[in-house]
Amino acid sequence: MNIFAPVGRAFFTLLAQIGRLTMFLVEVVSSCFRPPIYWYHIGQQMMRIGYFSLPVVGLTAFFTGGALALQIYLGGNRYGAEAIVPQIVVLGITRELGPVIAGLMVAGRVAAAIAAEIGTMRVTEQIDALTTLATNPIKYLVVPRLIAAVVTMPILVAIGDSIGVMGGYIVSTQSLGFSSGIYLKNTLDFMKNEDVISGLYKAAAFGFIIALMGCYNGFNSKGGAQGVGAATTNAVVTASILILAANYFLTSILFAK
Amino acid sequence: MTTPKIELRGVKKRFGPKVVLDGIDLVINPGESLVVIGGSGTGKSVTIKCVLGILRPDEGKIFVDGEEVTHINGRARDKVLRKFGMLFQGAALFDSLTVWENVAFGLIQGRGMGRRQARDIAVEKLAKVGLGSEVINLSPSELSGGMQKRVGLARAIAADPDIIFFDEPTTGLDPIMADIINDLIVDTVKDVGATTLSITHDMASARKIADRIAMLYKGKIIWHGPVSEIDNSGNPYVDQFIHGRAEGPIKMEVRG
Repeated sequence: MNIFAPVGRAFFTLLAQIGRLTMFLVEVVSSCFRPPIYWYHIGQQMMRIGYFSLPVVGLTAFFTGGALALQIYLGGNRYGAEAIVPQIVVLGITRELGPVIAGLMVAGRVAAAIAAEIGTMRVTEQIDALTTLATNPIKYLVVPRLIAAVVTMPILVAIGDSIGVMGGYIVSTQSLGFSSGIYLKNTLDFMKNEDVISGLYKAAAFGFIIALMGCYNGFNSKGGAQGVGAATTNAVVTASILILAANYFLTSILFAK
Repeated sequence: MTTPKIELRGVKKRFGPKVVLDGIDLVINPGESLVVIGGSGTGKSVTIKCVLGILRPDEGKIFVDGEEVTHINGRARDKVLRKFGMLFQGAALFDSLTVWENVAFGLIQGRGMGRRQARDIAVEKLAKVGLGSEVINLSPSELSGGMQKRVGLARAIAADPDIIFFDEPTTGLDPIMADIINDLIVDTVKDVGATTLSITHDMASARKIADRIAMLYKGKIIWHGPVSEIDNSGNPYVDQFIHGRAEGPIKMEVRG
């Protein structure tokens, strides 16, 4: 039994995947700039991707902010630095936790929904039907989702940031004995524009990843219900991993000084 | 001699190591109804998808109205696709749209027609396949299989295409509904004067809608001729297939 054969096969499969994804990406991005653009569908997808993700993103951001405040208070307490809670909460939320947690939640919700919908259209030949009706499926299905995700993710994260900071504020003032005025003043004094803006850049990138992985996996799903299930799982897993990896690289680029 | 409506010359297609089409030569003349028969997995659907440009053949040439379409893309492809209508095996209706929006889809998206005018045409085409105005605002999932096929047929003929493809039009229907769909196909085709290519393994359907029959086996056309000669083809493969016998020269690959 040659142990190199399966390793080599896995490696070539990976290379083929990357190649297919790159070709898909090139086709999608070039389609974004060529008419027709389906404005109505972009609006519809903005509602589905952005607006309907608000409760999920808001709730997770709120509890994350609250837990962050508690942890920093308890950790800071060890060497008498518990007053630093507002500064660390706002920094942690806007730079890291806001975009990453929103990205992961939206990946679970939206990448899965996109992959399942497009995957079902693939296996029931609806995508082929689009082609026979002289409608480019990339432009009709993929481009609106991609644009909607890239535009709405920063808005979602901006709202999520505010709710996250509010979560920290409520926990701090209600159970940790911070005074409301001092907490808000420390938050606003410490926060810089670039903290928030860097998080919004990340959010746009995560939106791109989410829509791309949902559409790519859906488009390439095979077989019946099982194939669509596999595509959905792959979409969420690959989107989540790519979000975390991209977060690291974006952090190192955005804060390289 | 007239230009054939569709011509395939030596079309080959493989998926990985599996050769699906091994040099298909096929001519369909204007106004003719050709039915391609063959077992499951012999490449019938792949043939149709190659003509439509959904799949690209590895070798060979495809002509539509004498114009080579094998490798065209973008606008040129869209222009050719406007000549086609297609009825899919599972109807392939868009489940996010209503019945009339499905029928009008090619008119609105493909040709930029206004919604009101497209809706009128959709209602007229739906009436042609025997569906009344009570279904136009339903969603496809609320319809039975036979009704979905009818809507699919209405969508295929909505833009009065020159060429209509039927992919297993009677699969999954009871024999009576299958016959109704066959009659509708014959009637609607006569009505719009279209050239048709159908693929099926239902011999009753093939006999009803075909002018000519071609049989596909192992990626090649092994026999073709007028429908009247199918019973005297002298070809043991064709005989085995049309009589549905397990014994004969065709060995089913039970293990794919």
